[in-house]
Amino acid sequence: MSEPATPRRAGELTLRETARWSWRQLTSMRTALILLLLLALAAVPGSIVPQQDVDSLKTSRWQEAHPTLTPIYEWLGLFSVYDSPWFAAIYLLLMVSLVGCIIPRTAVYWRAMGARPPRAPARLDRLPHSASYTTQEETDDVLARAARVLRKRRFRVDVRDAAGDATVAAERGYLREAGNLVFHISVVVVLVGFAMGSLFGYRGGAIVVVGGGFANDVRSYDDFLPGSLFRQEWMEPFSFDIDDFEVDWLESGPRSGMAQNFVSHLSYRESPDAPEEAYDLRVNHPLSIGDTEVFLIGHGYAPVITVTDGEGNVALSGPTVFLPNDQTFRSFGVVKAHSAEPTEIGLQGELYPTFAFREGREGGPYSAFGNALDPLISMTVYTGDLSMGSGAPQSIYALDTSRAEQVTKADGSMFRLDLRPGETAKLPDGAGSVTFEGLQRWNKLQISRTPGKLVALTGVSLALLGLLGSLFIRPRRVWIRVRREAGQTLVELGGLDRSDGGDVAEELEDIRQAIKEDA
Amino acid sequence: MSDQSWENLSNQAIAVAGAVYFLALLCHLGQWASLRKLPADTEVTTGRTAMLGRLGVLLTVIGCGVHLVGLLGRGMAADPNRVPWGNMYEFSISGAFFVALIYLALYRRLRLAWMAPIVVGVVLTVMMAAVIWLYDPVAPLTEALYSPWLVIHVVSAVIATGAFTLGGIASLLYLLKSRTTYTQKSTGYLARVPDLRGLDRISYRMHAFGFPVWTFAVLITGPIWAHQAWSSYWNWDPKEVWAFITWVVYAAYLHARTTAGWRGRNAAILALVGVATLWFNFIGINFFSTTSQHSYAEGSAPISVTGQVESGSSF
Repeated sequence: MSEPATPRRAGELTLRETARWSWRQLTSMRTALILLLLLALAAVPGSIVPQQDVDSLKTSRWQEAHPTLTPIYEWLGLFSVYDSPWFAAIYLLLMVSLVGCIIPRTAVYWRAMGARPPRAPARLDRLPHSASYTTQEETDDVLARAARVLRKRRFRVDVRDAAGDATVAAERGYLREAGNLVFHISVVVVLVGFAMGSLFGYRGGAIVVVGGGFANDVRSYDDFLPGSLFRQEWMEPFSFDIDDFEVDWLESGPRSGMAQNFVSHLSYRESPDAPEEAYDLRVNHPLSIGDTEVFLIGHGYAPVITVTDGEGNVALSGPTVFLPNDQTFRSFGVVKAHSAEPTEIGLQGELYPTFAFREGREGGPYSAFGNALDPLISMTVYTGDLSMGSGAPQSIYALDTSRAEQVTKADGSMFRLDLRPGETAKLPDGAGSVTFEGLQRWNKLQISRTPGKLVALTGVSLALLGLLGSLFIRPRRVWIRVRREAGQTLVELGGLDRSDGGDVAEELEDIRQAIKEDA
Repeated sequence: MSDQSWENLSNQAIAVAGAVYFLALLCHLGQWASLRKLPADTEVTTGRTAMLGRLGVLLTVIGCGVHLVGLLGRGMAADPNRVPWGNMYEFSISGAFFVALIYLALYRRLRLAWMAPIVVGVVLTVMMAAVIWLYDPVAPLTEALYSPWLVIHVVSAVIATGAFTLGGIASLLYLLKSRTTYTQKSTGYLARVPDLRGLDRISYRMHAFGFPVWTFAVLITGPIWAHQAWSSYWNWDPKEVWAFITWVVYAAYLHARTTAGWRGRNAAILALVGVATLWFNFIGINFFSTTSQHSYAEGSAPISVTGQVESGSSF
């Protein structure tokens, strides 16, 4: 070959060499270690900064409270760390490094599977563990028996009886490396399963009033988080009604006020023409319909409120979902009667399932108990334009009062509706009336489809199996050399522990005894 | 026996166990105080020093037995009866129990006599912290905790915590001991703990036991249960994130032990980082984050029936 036109400087690499060098670096154990530590470090912010996907409400509150930090955090992707490019970069590099490490090791292992145990070193007494004894037997007898003893102990045995050098080479514990490889391959399998879930699955929540029903359609959901490759056609055409909902309230003891034993009695159809079936939905006992699962994750109250407008027509009547603020189920809600005439009527306020009032400066109304023992709604009233016609989507849990006016008493003091079930109050100036008919309950249901969950579970179970193999199988080699010396037969044994934590010295002694005693 | 008397029995048993552990600690401290004066290669098998050591172990065994009674009492006091791991107090005393139990089980096999004062000290500290700061009366569980997975998931997490803690102690001593060289004639506590190789091996054995158990707890039973209770098997909940961080750090530890330039000192540091993340996750994260579905911290959003209702719970 001719000399290159420009002589290469010392240390200069061609593109190919650079690529190879980079690959070597990437797949080295040291890099894998650093990537592992980086992964651990990168996971930390997601547990400190509220995450959009985990708790969007808390995230938006945090963002409101920290106006200066928010844009910086947003730019860094700190509100969705686990979807952020830099987090993905770390685990993808780790996966590449892992695959780059596993493939050559699998090849090496494959070759080693068929190979004979390596030949005995010249001086067995220089090995970390060695032993010897002398006997009057013939070398062949000892050799044969040594091989038998080692085979019985599940060693792979190779007898070499070359002229003047009779040795047995034995090795066992091959499965350690297999376990190691299985573990690392399984990590990739888990990641594939996880990715399937987040790409092809979806998760959605819906609040359904007890007595009401749900049909599995995107429009039925209050919040819907599809995976990026999810297609709506995959949604199963099931539907269900919540016939009844039971809950027990603890009235004494350290957890007084806590609710438990939630049971939601569902009747469901897997498809519109399927027969109706019943299911008692409880926490920890989701309903599976095909690949979709329905979970009971929340409950609350929906006061039934009737709004009669100034012209005497019923403008709105039905249960309105109120969202609880705390475990006493003091709940906030909004009623929008936009068909009311002559002007729209909006209500906003609170529900106290067990109304109580605390006197004093810090006092005020509160709910003494989560169960609806003495429910009361306390609401302020707005009339005017509720901005519902603007076309912009509006939360059903918030009242836009920018173009509406709060209703006050004739003397200008604050007007507030305080109603118990069955009570009706007239609005000032003949604007209409409001009736609190009664209380219903709602259930919050989480509905999700998670393809690949069995892939992930299989992967992680295999990983555990592989891990056990790679941690507890101890590969070791034993060599035995038999030779005539000074009219006797000298039997030398040597052992090599290829993992650490093994006790080869003891095993070698057992083998020595076994060969000696079987004579 | 009524639930109330079971609860009283449990409280008394925990107090008695604490007192007995304290006596055991005193014995071991006395033993090591007199061993300090002797060169490291002198074995003491008779006399007051040796007797103090044996007494210390005996007291630890008794303390561990009473400790178990305390745990059983917690479970029997609940209605319906359950495993005693429903809140932070119960997790902590269970964790301390498994630290003591694993130490006693391996005492002879791994010759852990040198570890005695530290282990008993750690167990005692955890129990005191539990009784003083984390105590919670026996109470019904949050709905989501009524699951067979409570038994499997928590017991494996707590056992792994015990093993990792013991491994962390060995790694800590490894780091301390590696700062100076000791000879057979050196005196003092560090001269008497096993040599660096021995410490590294004990640490490795603890971690090799703890890691698969932790994998099982955090990456198998945890997700299965999370899927049943919360609809998604991995939620990036702060507790899950930290359990994952702990897992990754210990995976790094196991790799570091076989990597040139990382074994020994760096591996030991990683083991300590692992223990720090482990205990931070066990206790600390509950005070940092109220979003965690594991934390059930007070004052958080109540919309969920599954959590956030009672104060103080973990895994």
